[in-house]
Amino acid sequence: MSNQSNTATFDAERVRADFPILHQDVNGHPLVYLDNAATTQKPRAVIQAIVDYYEQDNSNVHRGAHALADRATEKFEGARVKVAGFINAAEPRQIIWTRGTTEGINLVASSWGRANLSSGDRILVSAMEHHSNIVPWQLIAAEKGAVVESIPVNAEGAIDLAAFESMLDDRVKMVACGHVSNAFGTVNPVQDIARLAQGVGALTLIDGAQAVGHWPVDVQALDCDFYVFSAHKLFGPTGLGVLYGKTALLEAMPPYQSGGEMIESVSFDGTTFNQLPYKFEAGTPDIAGVIGLGAAIDYVQGLDRDGAAKHEAALLAYAEERAKATPGIRLVGTAANKTSVMSFLLEGAHPNDVGLLLDQQGVAVRTGNHCAQPIMEQFGIPGTVRASFSFYNTRADVDRLFEALDKARQFLV
Amino acid sequence: MSRFGTEITSDDIVDTLSFFDNWEDRYKYIIDLGKELPPLNDESRNETNLVRGCQSQVWLVSEARDGKLFFEADSDAFIVKGLLAVVLAAYNGKTPEQVTAFDVEGYFSALNLLKHLSVTRGNGLRAMVKRIQDTAAAN
Repeated sequence: MSNQSNTATFDAERVRADFPILHQDVNGHPLVYLDNAATTQKPRAVIQAIVDYYEQDNSNVHRGAHALADRATEKFEGARVKVAGFINAAEPRQIIWTRGTTEGINLVASSWGRANLSSGDRILVSAMEHHSNIVPWQLIAAEKGAVVESIPVNAEGAIDLAAFESMLDDRVKMVACGHVSNAFGTVNPVQDIARLAQGVGALTLIDGAQAVGHWPVDVQALDCDFYVFSAHKLFGPTGLGVLYGKTALLEAMPPYQSGGEMIESVSFDGTTFNQLPYKFEAGTPDIAGVIGLGAAIDYVQGLDRDGAAKHEAALLAYAEERAKATPGIRLVGTAANKTSVMSFLLEGAHPNDVGLLLDQQGVAVRTGNHCAQPIMEQFGIPGTVRASFSFYNTRADVDRLFEALDKARQFLV
Repeated sequence: MSRFGTEITSDDIVDTLSFFDNWEDRYKYIIDLGKELPPLNDESRNETNLVRGCQSQVWLVSEARDGKLFFEADSDAFIVKGLLAVVLAAYNGKTPEQVTAFDVEGYFSALNLLKHLSVTRGNGLRAMVKRIQDTAAAN
């Protein structure tokens, strides 16, 4: 195949050895894990970092007057510095720990939205957003009398940038958009979107959940106001996410949740709040998760990232080439610029049936509407089968997918 | 009306499935059961009868007649439709008391193959069982 030369530089087989979970049988077949857009697997280094924390350093951060607390705090804050470097944030206090992408969006919608939105204001989200980047905006919009409108997406699954530009006016206060579509893998022109939004004084929030695991992200180059992502899609633990925000905005925003850690002083006459980032981090944080994410970032940065991205692109190209050569497969989401996600339908078969039959053959994919009902409705489909690749997948995995699809077709079509 | 619950009972299905020793035969059998279930007409595939799942949709129509409950069900997915037939084999044509008394958890666990299918929240199966039980409670 023409793309083989690209993969030669990146040794996926060697990398696979770092991921214990990949080496097992499922339903009597060696596991082929192609559900990386739902969550990525964890390298041994991440699992070990979490075990080490609990076995050696477990302690509450920031306040203990003892050695364990010092060690835990050092690793915890060290991870914040790593994340800041990883996305090129100007300073670590712009990195707020959340429970995940969803909570990051809820935090901004609730805190910034409540303080800044008013009746008649407009919030624009793309038509193919994940529900988590639609519903928080609808809730705050309903509360403040604002409206949420969708930015058109074309038949290829790409944002119509001209249509977006024509929607902009000075009532638009927020533009919330995925960096990469979870349903199709489309890479959105978020740098252009942020620039155009700035032109009318609107802020931008970029949902980077599907981007950070694939290639380096630079929040200063994007010049977005907020950027959110989840640790678990970046080879780290579940239950932890990151909110990046521009410092002046974060400083001006009121607290989101309240309790310990986020206060400066408390009295019944009035309470003052802690500085960034702690103002937004009420309660004991997910210390083990944060340390796990730090290890995940070390792991990712230790890889040949350029080689990994090329390897993923080659896998997608190979999979799409095989799909096009297979009668009855219809690719959904065919934008020019994509991450390694192949969303498709087997003509005549429901995606859910296909998924169940692939699972019986040890091939893990996601099926359904991918929490993006509006775009599925626009396309007039019940959902898709989604195979999403990471750098530890191989051409052999793609071959297994198509073998399993052949068998599924015998059952269903 | 379908044969499920009358000619084809829940015990028949447990027995038949226990004969198969590979997944392919089990799934073929489930898909064939679904094909035996008469499709609902477009009129019945309405919002009221819809049982929502995030991966596939299920429609359920119920009717009380002569002290018994009769159900018709359909889905846009073949395997789910087969599972609906499996569920109707337990509930269709039974009295509300029989419906309420039926040990559906025991049934699902006896149908070993269906264990993971029946717990998947996406396929609407649990929601349908709940709706059948609610119908029985209201009659």
